[in-house]
Amino acid sequence: MARDNDTRTMIDRYTWWETVLIYLGIFVFLFFLLSPFIEGFLVSLKPLAQLFSSPYRFWPENGSFAAYVSMWESVPGFARYIFNSFLISTVATTLVLLLVVPAAYAFARFDFRGMGLVLAAFLAVSMFSGAVLLIPLFRLMRTLGLLNTYFAMIVPGVAFLIPSAIWLLRTYMMRIPTELNEAAYMDGASQFYTFRRVILPIAMPGIIVVAIVTFIGAYSQQFIFALTFNSKTEYMPLPVGLFAYFGKQEVIWNELMAASFVGIAPALIIIFFLQRHLVGGLTAGAIKQ
Amino acid sequence: MIKNRSSMIFAWALLAPAIIYVTIIVAWPLIETFRLSFTDASLKKLTNYVGWRNYTKIFNDTFLTVILRTFTWTFFSVLLKMVIGTCGAVLLNAAVPGRHLFRILTMPPWIVPMAIGIFMWGWMYNGQFGMISGLLQRFGLVDGPVAFLAYGSSAYWATIVTDVWIGVPMVTIYFLAAIQSIPKDLYEAAWTDGASRWMRFRRITLPLMAPAIITMSMLSLIATFNSFDIIWILTRGGPSGQTTTMIIDTYQTAIGSKKYGEGAARAVVICIFLSLFCIAYFRVTRRLAATEKA
Repeated sequence: MARDNDTRTMIDRYTWWETVLIYLGIFVFLFFLLSPFIEGFLVSLKPLAQLFSSPYRFWPENGSFAAYVSMWESVPGFARYIFNSFLISTVATTLVLLLVVPAAYAFARFDFRGMGLVLAAFLAVSMFSGAVLLIPLFRLMRTLGLLNTYFAMIVPGVAFLIPSAIWLLRTYMMRIPTELNEAAYMDGASQFYTFRRVILPIAMPGIIVVAIVTFIGAYSQQFIFALTFNSKTEYMPLPVGLFAYFGKQEVIWNELMAASFVGIAPALIIIFFLQRHLVGGLTAGAIKQ
Repeated sequence: MIKNRSSMIFAWALLAPAIIYVTIIVAWPLIETFRLSFTDASLKKLTNYVGWRNYTKIFNDTFLTVILRTFTWTFFSVLLKMVIGTCGAVLLNAAVPGRHLFRILTMPPWIVPMAIGIFMWGWMYNGQFGMISGLLQRFGLVDGPVAFLAYGSSAYWATIVTDVWIGVPMVTIYFLAAIQSIPKDLYEAAWTDGASRWMRFRRITLPLMAPAIITMSMLSLIATFNSFDIIWILTRGGPSGQTTTMIIDTYQTAIGSKKYGEGAARAVVICIFLSLFCIAYFRVTRRLAATEKA
């Protein structure tokens, strides 16, 4: 993203009614995107009896953070679900990076016969969702003895995270000047040495962006594989674990929402601190296609 | 670039792990799905080849309705994502104070684990106690509670809205980047010639971001076609199958009823559609790249 295009110039002066319209539009747009979180937060503050009473009230009466305390007692395994989600996402992200960093470098630097085809094939892979391949994947996991383990939720997911990670990192690495490779070659460095000692340190900011995006994807993608390949409570990740708040009679909505906020807090903190890198990195990767 | 035998071996060695991994986890299961679709595979030990029986069995009225529904559902969802994404990107591009904060605030639906966002929508759609029904009643727009997920047509639109909600942030950020990569001198020249703001949007912004819109709508089409979590959590394809899309139908047949063979046949039909989308995507992006060079 070119920062220069973001500065104000003469033509960006708005009349007062244009300013009002812009803010109004942004308000409506953001209200659509944020209303579930606003409502979810207010629900988490309301006592259960108030939730199930008519007529509907937007603001909580005698709101409290009680649900944030009681949620840990209603579903004792909740801390474990968060831990599981983090473990699964971290291992998946590490695996993706180990596979993707070398591959992205190869795609960015070399152009041997057949590589274009492989790149296209990777892109095609990202278009098939896990849901379509569930049956053979289920049988594969059973054969490998991975059903009801963490690996059942990690191994299939990684394959679907690889393509976009390759795409993003390749774009980043293509901007590293080839003169660096030539200079290293002249100095007698081996290909591997050049990759490890010259390219990797320079590509680090790009690798970090890819790691964040992959982590977010891994966190979000846990639903279908966890639903299908794992039935053990102790390995459940957060998205499936939240179903524990669906009691026999009714859903404990205030605790479900409180638990959701506890579950998403880490993700929100991550964006808040890294948003500048994230937006810049993502758009740089996206626009060059 | 140095092109010799050793660097060729090096390049393929770098690629090999990723290629092998994806082959085992995606390519092989794809072939296996195809094979299974011609069998009566289920939980039983014995599996027989049954020829085209699974296919002739699924091509009935219900399945055709499901296909049609999947397409209309996907179409409306993608259309809304593109329209809202374009509006959002234009608004966020406006040079008003606070724009950096607004850009961050668009991201939560995309960053937060999908299941959590969907649970929140599930509560909003609740007829007795949910926010949407509650506010509609408060402002006197409806007489009684509206249980959005209890009726076929409202559940259909409710799932679309949630899908749009999840998809819009990424589309917006992508479009915003496309708008910002348009050279500013174009706007300045148009401004000097007295072109109004609307004219500048109509004649500069929109044509120059068209490639981004086309690329994104293709990618979004494929992602939306594959959408599973939203419908599964909100309605499980109900009420009485009225939000069942092809993915949901496949899941229910294969994993729900354990009819692997029939499920695989459904998956193959999905794969055929996806391959067509894929080919279309490659052709479109190649053409776009060609016109850019020209």
